[in-house]
Amino acid sequence: MKIIVLVKQVPDSTEITVDKKTGTLVRDGVPSIINPDDLAGLEAALELKDANPDIKIAVVSMGPPQAKGMLQETIARGADEAYLITDRRLGGADTCATSRTLAAALKKIGYDLIIAGRQAIDGDTAQVGPQTAERLGLPQITYVDEIIELNADKITVKKALEEEEQILTSKLPCVLTTLSGMNKPRYMNCNDIVDSFDKPVGIMTFDDLDLDLSVVGLAGSPTKVHATFTKDVSAETKTYDLSAQETAELIASTLKEKQLITK
Amino acid sequence: MAKFEGYKDIYVFVEQKNGTIAEVGYELISEARKLVASIPEMGYQVVGVLLGSNITDKAQEVITHGADKVIVVDDELLKDYSTQFYADALTQIIKEFKPDSFLTGATVLGRDLAPRVAARINAGLTADATKIEIDTEKAKDGEALLLVTRPTFGGNLFGTIVCPDTRPQMATIRPKVFDMAPADASRTGEVVTFAPAWESTEPQVTIEKVVEKVIEGVDITKANILIGAGRGAEGCLDVLEACAKELDGVVCATRAVVEDGYMDKSLQVGQTGKTVRPALYIACGISGAVQHVAGMEKSDMIIAINRDPQAEIFTIANMGFVGDVNEVLPLLVEEIKKAKAA
Repeated sequence: MKIIVLVKQVPDSTEITVDKKTGTLVRDGVPSIINPDDLAGLEAALELKDANPDIKIAVVSMGPPQAKGMLQETIARGADEAYLITDRRLGGADTCATSRTLAAALKKIGYDLIIAGRQAIDGDTAQVGPQTAERLGLPQITYVDEIIELNADKITVKKALEEEEQILTSKLPCVLTTLSGMNKPRYMNCNDIVDSFDKPVGIMTFDDLDLDLSVVGLAGSPTKVHATFTKDVSAETKTYDLSAQETAELIASTLKEKQLITK
Repeated sequence: MAKFEGYKDIYVFVEQKNGTIAEVGYELISEARKLVASIPEMGYQVVGVLLGSNITDKAQEVITHGADKVIVVDDELLKDYSTQFYADALTQIIKEFKPDSFLTGATVLGRDLAPRVAARINAGLTADATKIEIDTEKAKDGEALLLVTRPTFGGNLFGTIVCPDTRPQMATIRPKVFDMAPADASRTGEVVTFAPAWESTEPQVTIEKVVEKVIEGVDITKANILIGAGRGAEGCLDVLEACAKELDGVVCATRAVVEDGYMDKSLQVGQTGKTVRPALYIACGISGAVQHVAGMEKSDMIIAINRDPQAEIFTIANMGFVGDVNEVLPLLVEEIKKAKAA
């Protein structure tokens, strides 16, 4: 059985700050990480492989050339192979164009089960998983919190909804999107990292995908950025620089005045 | 001559479960009413789309909440949500009725369904939006271009996304960002029933079991007062709890605090957590990352305490205090106690 795990390299958003003058995000020097929901998906696949060594895991990412390092790391964690789809002609893609590109690549690589993270922390769309499933004509289960059982032709998982959890069974092949927090990703040791260089990351470009240029990248993206802007400063904003005691007193008196303190 | 012949009206997916309609559907219908009112020259209607089993009698409720028309698919296959059958039905509705814009709540269900449908018809879909408008200038030329704004990490804080070349213009929109207008029992509208031609009635995914989620602690979206913990408050979470207790509020957290393992994911506020609108939000040691602010900026009153005078949170707080939460919070608890005793 072959499991494909889709991953994305993202900036570590907890370290991003805002430049007050320009209102833009300061990304310089911010480390790149594997998107957390994707890392949970990889760990879930590795746990399935732990239980059944016949399982092969292929990790696939689309992104700039520097994402290769992240993919090498997934091999060190235990993936059998990894592919980076990278090409300037594929740049600027929205989820519609990205899912076309991924689907074309996945058809080449082959799969019995596809696991993607629910959403990436730099885009937060949660659309690439379902859209890739649609383009491959596969069933999908999103917001997966636990993989319960994997058989040759079906998989049973737990899906987390707002107020309930569902135990769902899907035919294979299918696409799952996983939630960070469903497991605790394993650490790599030094030997794994050194050994991983025996298995180089495969590179795929536009030319490998049998797609028309008009359906990929910016040109193939129906959503366009119309404007970007920074948030207006609230007119009612007031900042105080007082002693801790004065701060506490002013907050308490304000809350009392607004009837937010009740007896 | 319209650019997209035959495409008109603003459609809203009305999510329901066991016949109970989710509020987000009515929030979007209320907002869609404002959108069509902004472009009277287009003569657009607000159309609800209601899918389910034994739900036809709910269509009238959708009309009282602001829909001019409701398209209903009432079919046993739609009893429980299924990506397969809901996507099949919705795709056929879109092809048949040609909505100019199609709005869906950014719920777990909406974010499962909308991308699937958008990919099938190759329509543009903007995720998890917090604001929608229509370009009133373009409307004069007969085009109702939907401007969808969402927080973004693409270099700036907010991005407005458009889909100029595809129809319908699709968007998922966060629950609780729009007010729900009160129901008006005197409203009348049209109910259209639609019977899709099922590609297959054989389910690809089956529900084995449904378990009520054990919500650890409380539902932060229902709290009137929230004390938000950021990284700067990780050392005094017990004091935040004490403060919440005095104010009859609840402690919630940023993603950083949840990822650091201090608080449960169910208490996370922000783009990847929950959206909250309490009467009071006290942001403690929170820097004000876009991600977090997107989930709490609609709070009636925001008080922020942060050591860094440059912290972004101060630009959205009604009252900002430069100071160390570790020092301020214990004193605040005492002051609140005094105020209660007075």
